[in-house]
Amino acid sequence: MKSIEAVNDFVIKFANVNGSGSASANELFAKAILRMGVPVSPRNIFPSNIQGLPTWYEVRVSERGYLGRRGGIDMMVAMNPQTWAQDVAEIEPGGYLFYDSTRPLPVESLRSDIHVIGMPLTAICSATYDDPRQRQLFKNIVYVGALSALLGIDLAEIRKLFSEQFRGKEKLLDSNLQALELGREFAREHLSAPIGLRVQRADAVGGQIFVDGNSAAALGCVYGGATVAAWYPLTPSSSVAEAFQMYCGRYRVDQATGRHGYAIVQAEDEIASIGIVVGAGWNGARAFTATSGPGVSLMTEIIGLAYFAEIPVTIVDVQRGGPSTGMPTRTQQADLSACAYASHGDTKHVLLLPEDPAECFEHAAAALDLADRLQTPVFVMSDLDIGMNQHLCAPLQWDDARRLDRGKVMSAEELEAGRDFGRYRDVDGDGIPWRTLPGTHPTKGSYFTRGTSRDAYARYSEAGPDYVVNVQRLLKKFATAATLVPQPLLRRAAQPTRLGVIYFGSTSAAANEALDTLAEADIHLDALRLRAFPFPQSVLQFIDEHDRVFVVEQNRDAQMRSMLVNELAVDPARLLPVLHYDGTPITARFITGAITRAVHEFAVKPRKRTKARAA
Amino acid sequence: MTYITKPQLHHPTLARNRVGYTRRDYEGKISTLCAGCGHDSISAAIIQACWELDIEPHRVAKLSGIGCSSKTPDYFLGAAHGFNTVHGRMPSVLTGANLANRDLLYLGVSGDGDSASIGLGQFAHVMRRGVNMVYIVENNGVYGLTKGQFSATADRGSKSKKGVLNADSPVDLGGIALQLGATYVARSFSGDKAQLVPLIKGAIVHRGAAFLDVISPCVTFNNHAGSTRSYDYVREHNEAVSRIDFITPRAEITTEVAPGEAVDVEQHDGTVLRLRKLHADYDPCDRVAAMSHVQAMQARGEVVTGLLYVESDATDLHDALNTSLRPLNSLDEAALCPGEAVLARINASLR
Repeated sequence: MKSIEAVNDFVIKFANVNGSGSASANELFAKAILRMGVPVSPRNIFPSNIQGLPTWYEVRVSERGYLGRRGGIDMMVAMNPQTWAQDVAEIEPGGYLFYDSTRPLPVESLRSDIHVIGMPLTAICSATYDDPRQRQLFKNIVYVGALSALLGIDLAEIRKLFSEQFRGKEKLLDSNLQALELGREFAREHLSAPIGLRVQRADAVGGQIFVDGNSAAALGCVYGGATVAAWYPLTPSSSVAEAFQMYCGRYRVDQATGRHGYAIVQAEDEIASIGIVVGAGWNGARAFTATSGPGVSLMTEIIGLAYFAEIPVTIVDVQRGGPSTGMPTRTQQADLSACAYASHGDTKHVLLLPEDPAECFEHAAAALDLADRLQTPVFVMSDLDIGMNQHLCAPLQWDDARRLDRGKVMSAEELEAGRDFGRYRDVDGDGIPWRTLPGTHPTKGSYFTRGTSRDAYARYSEAGPDYVVNVQRLLKKFATAATLVPQPLLRRAAQPTRLGVIYFGSTSAAANEALDTLAEADIHLDALRLRAFPFPQSVLQFIDEHDRVFVVEQNRDAQMRSMLVNELAVDPARLLPVLHYDGTPITARFITGAITRAVHEFAVKPRKRTKARAA
Repeated sequence: MTYITKPQLHHPTLARNRVGYTRRDYEGKISTLCAGCGHDSISAAIIQACWELDIEPHRVAKLSGIGCSSKTPDYFLGAAHGFNTVHGRMPSVLTGANLANRDLLYLGVSGDGDSASIGLGQFAHVMRRGVNMVYIVENNGVYGLTKGQFSATADRGSKSKKGVLNADSPVDLGGIALQLGATYVARSFSGDKAQLVPLIKGAIVHRGAAFLDVISPCVTFNNHAGSTRSYDYVREHNEAVSRIDFITPRAEITTEVAPGEAVDVEQHDGTVLRLRKLHADYDPCDRVAAMSHVQAMQARGEVVTGLLYVESDATDLHDALNTSLRPLNSLDEAALCPGEAVLARINASLR
């Protein structure tokens, strides 16, 4: 039988029952590898449930630094009888199955092409611990111990992680170390360790950090100067608000007075959440809400108000599988259209598209600036994969010289000096009007904000020309936005090519890896990673430079492709959708496969270049 | 009436208040509501109250939802910023505005459709949170802008202009506000300015969630026989629990009252609300007793008015959140941004 042999390059998946304490043990496993200088990217695949349902933890180990999902499982740690058959079926031929053999299972009858490693975990724990909860919890640590022996993970690193985790709790530290040793000992004595998969110390992690996107987005909101946050608990976005609360508690409490430089309200629903942050934005405070698709649906009316009344507000949308309640604990990039065009009437909104936690931080802070500068809602389009999983990424960066961009706010002095104030006048030619904050001046600069149409001086008007001038100015403002948002990043192929690929957000890591793999197979594509909507001119240029452009995204309806077609008036036939939408994060193998198949099809049936286009 | 330009000339002898403004400085645009609309009387009462309390007009933020009532903030305090939000969501927008700058006076104006139907949820939660504001519902029991449908505050058995009887139970916003923790709850009648102005003044000086349910007849759609929101009906059934004397810290208390005749309630700024009892057994500082008394009188078909409940040592949302005394919208980078060095430490903790 063939054996998968790999050093620092494999995928291991843990199948557990949620609520069994496996999450922290699995994280310990991933971090220990990371501390050995080998990049890992773990992903939680969990149910919308508190206890008792299947949950998985998939760890990609990649010294080359590929952090997207690869696809395929080299080793399965099958700890959940409920999903046993499906878990065993998922293992690559020549791969490894590690399971609790307390009750022997007829594995060989299921698969003859995998290596089976049985360990009587339940029996060992029952013999060692009296307390049922301890038996349960330490079982996880025992298997981490066994795996560390099988894969060659440095014990010293796990010890160090334990001592950091249990600082000041010596008793817990000792009992965890004991459980770990129990597992290692058994593996050394009874299992054929090491196996074909191995971890070897390397130096590929460098200064990178290991953090989840929601924490990073929350930190971005702290650094970006958000003072008002309102939210309603909603998976997978809740931890943005919770992390914001935690970081504010650390960094925003006045040492002298104990008073808070922030206000966080857990509102009664998403409608109130967006109402609160729009009210705060109107009154000059930087404000944000964090939500997911169902929340955006509810917020839509007030988002339209903020667009039309021109009020700054930042919305972090941690996307999950939709529509309706959809797949609450699975990932998608399927809120693009809903957010880009949220509200009735003609509306368009700014979307930022972070690829990882480092960009969640950057984009959250940028969104607060852009919202103030553009006086409009700005979305940070994260997703469950980025938001709720820890990712290895560049360290977060800040420059102390950076100033918050508060945008065009007319001061009392400017008003006093006689500067003309028309709330919706385009005085600078960029479509962005000036605003005043309530309470600024006793006699000048007050105006009535409304969602109804009005003239340039904010006076109610249903006159056609007033309306048209205003909505045309909003379009001009949107064009200005395209020049201010994070610009797309171009990655040229090693050799000239007529093929392009566009991707964005959490698809990026897998897409980058797929591009390397494709290049090795002599399929070359120029790549453009979008980082925002509206699209800058460079996006149209990129499409124009290529005969065919793949658009890779994680939704059924090719939403980004539609936006490209509609906004840039591109011939739809030239944009080829590559779509992954089963709720799991897209894999490099999926992208490689889809593009390879398409390219081979072109080779069979070469597409005629139309004369019309050349003309 | 909207085509008429409002005259700008003020009579030179108009009295000025302590901050140098005449009553005219508290006015806004000319109302576009129907002649005789109760809402215009409420706007006039707001103007009077703000002028008498020496409030600088631009230090007020006026917020409203959608409907006839919600248009009125355009018709008073023209020097103040206003925000006509969306239907039923004024409470949340006001909450956010209040969090951004605790130094302004927040005046929320809403109607019975806005607050008792689509906005009932937000109405309830803004009261629960104790947002420091004056929340006025201009309550006429009917949808005016859409031409006369019943609203959720219409009494059961009340007759519409078209002769239909209302079969649904009314939402009692005052009762809900009392139950959910509003710390100043009053009801009044747009036709009784002598009662309304001091009640608004009391709400303004109160720090906490102040709610005023003001019966405001709709002259066009709900002022006929059989309606329980008509001028005639409310005048006949108006049953005030007390009369307010509004005593500012500057004014000396000169009039003596016999023991048991009045209750003095001091507010945060030292203002004393002296409530002359019209019902001997009514205690406006006892929330539970107030709720039961008001409900008992309402059950008899009376329109109970006056200051129904007040808490003198009320707290607000900023107290609960322990927010900075400096308005959040004025905090600068130094106060907001932890800086590079802290970020380096955070990065180190994530390795």
